[in-house]
Amino acid sequence: MCGIAGLIHRGKSSNVGNELQAMLQALKHRGPDSTGYALYADNDGENFIMRFKVGENVGEGSTSVNEDESVYDKRKELVDDMLKNLGAKVLKEEKLTPYSYRYEMKYDNDLMDFSKKIESIESVEILSIGKSLELIKDLGDAKIVLDRYDLGKVTGTHAIGHARMATESGVDIKSAHPFWGYPFSDVSVVHNGQLTNYWNNRRVLENKGMRFMSECDSELIAVYLAEKMRNGATLEEGMKDSLSGLDGVFTYFVATKDSLGMAKDTMAAKPLVLYESDDLVAMGSEEIAIRSILPHEIDTYDPFDGEVKVWQI
Amino acid sequence: MANLKTTEKKTKAQSMGLHTEVLTGKTQQKFFNPDEAENFYYWGTYDVDFNKRIDLDVNDLDCKEANKKIDELMSQGYGTIVIKNPQGKHSLGVGVLNKLNLIFEGSLGYFGVGSIDGPTVRINGRVGWSCAENMMAGKVVIEKNAGSCFGAAVRGGDLICKGSVGARTGIDQKGGTIIVGGDAGAFTGFMMQRGRIIILGNVGINLGDSMYDGTIYVGGKIGSFGSDAIESPMTKSDIDWIKRKLKVAEIGENFDISKMTKVVAGKKLWNYDALEPTEKKGAI
Repeated sequence: MCGIAGLIHRGKSSNVGNELQAMLQALKHRGPDSTGYALYADNDGENFIMRFKVGENVGEGSTSVNEDESVYDKRKELVDDMLKNLGAKVLKEEKLTPYSYRYEMKYDNDLMDFSKKIESIESVEILSIGKSLELIKDLGDAKIVLDRYDLGKVTGTHAIGHARMATESGVDIKSAHPFWGYPFSDVSVVHNGQLTNYWNNRRVLENKGMRFMSECDSELIAVYLAEKMRNGATLEEGMKDSLSGLDGVFTYFVATKDSLGMAKDTMAAKPLVLYESDDLVAMGSEEIAIRSILPHEIDTYDPFDGEVKVWQI
Repeated sequence: MANLKTTEKKTKAQSMGLHTEVLTGKTQQKFFNPDEAENFYYWGTYDVDFNKRIDLDVNDLDCKEANKKIDELMSQGYGTIVIKNPQGKHSLGVGVLNKLNLIFEGSLGYFGVGSIDGPTVRINGRVGWSCAENMMAGKVVIEKNAGSCFGAAVRGGDLICKGSVGARTGIDQKGGTIIVGGDAGAFTGFMMQRGRIIILGNVGINLGDSMYDGTIYVGGKIGSFGSDAIESPMTKSDIDWIKRKLKVAEIGENFDISKMTKVVAGKKLWNYDALEPTEKKGAI
């Protein structure tokens, strides 16, 4: 059991950091292990934001191996060297925790090659690359992660998030959601459910050059959609294809720079409550997530089995 | 505790190694002897006065506190309780075992009004998954939509949703009536065992999958039939019964009942035809 939440403001910006925090905190009972945010922020849209980690959070119930923090600095230096070699120009860098960084940078070449080279450094993982996407995930509940990464001030148009109960893989950042839709900028995915053809799909996709950073079945959705889009499918086409391509039970959200989508498996085995108005769409695993930002009486509904919906900002 | 003894006469099931003992203790004697009426007490029930009305704002209460408060109010004789600001909270109004007018001004989360036996409930908003699960008797009316597993394992009473419902409506239903004014999702009536479901709108795939018994009436399109669910002709008594039930539900006033599709179990999945009647009841 995990909790997922998402919202999209159509035609305006809002404090999506605080709004998503409220929604995810309401779903804390569905997933206490880790929390993740994919915020589509009001950045200038000129430069790439790269969030990456050079190690794991080894506290708070983590299943990761304890490392000396000095290796984090060493890895960070290797990343900086690699960025220079790749021709990326770092405009601003922020150390958020001992193990995670946010870089603002200029880069004009292929993101897939870029990512492969950066991630060839031991234990380095790019959490996201995008011009508006700010993907943050860590152990702890929504409030803890919001405070740790100072997300309360982030404004933007849309966001998706996840409160995770670890069942298929470890309690660590690499298995936490959202997953970045490597190698596409500004694509992120959160998932509630369980995929039963993970390994079959993973083998096929790895043979096509796609990369998996964890053994979390949910990562497959991001990679699956990214591969479809790489071959020319639209986001909605990829999502519709996933209904038959992915086995198991799932409700997932996917977000891009200017859109937000949801898909529900053909058994409708995983919950989703949806609120839709002209200027706001809000959805979550339980109605209380929506009520946390819309306390007045509203009309909500459960999407049916096999339903796919995509909204634009 | 009941005594056990081995039976000599063997039914088919017993010859297969099942049910080799029968109960002979007090539970096999008269359950409700009128002479002992004063010794029977239905725990957790109250005599309430419908004219005694009170509002209860649960905005700042969690579900345990809210349910405890409802219980306290019933113990004070309040027969009409209006719940304000339910805010989609889970498990509100569960376990009410006596007559009561319970009104929710707003929406409920999961497992709302579960395991009830007798109250009349009106919910002016929406309900989440598993509303009225295991309901024994009473009437529940939802003005808006409902989530999945609506009326799971209900055993009696009328459960009415004026909007649309999610997947697996009436899963494991054992009695009573479920009425839906809008559409229903996949696996409606999944493994239902008794009772009736009326859907005025469309239903999704696998309608009545693996149903043992019971009847499903559908007014709109059917995504597909589930395993062992078959169509059966509508009879005059079906139409009369649905007409009466829709009147009770206050929906479908001008609905053309004669064009509904009736779905029942094909009974090809049955494997207990040879059981004794009492054993059948146990198997169900």
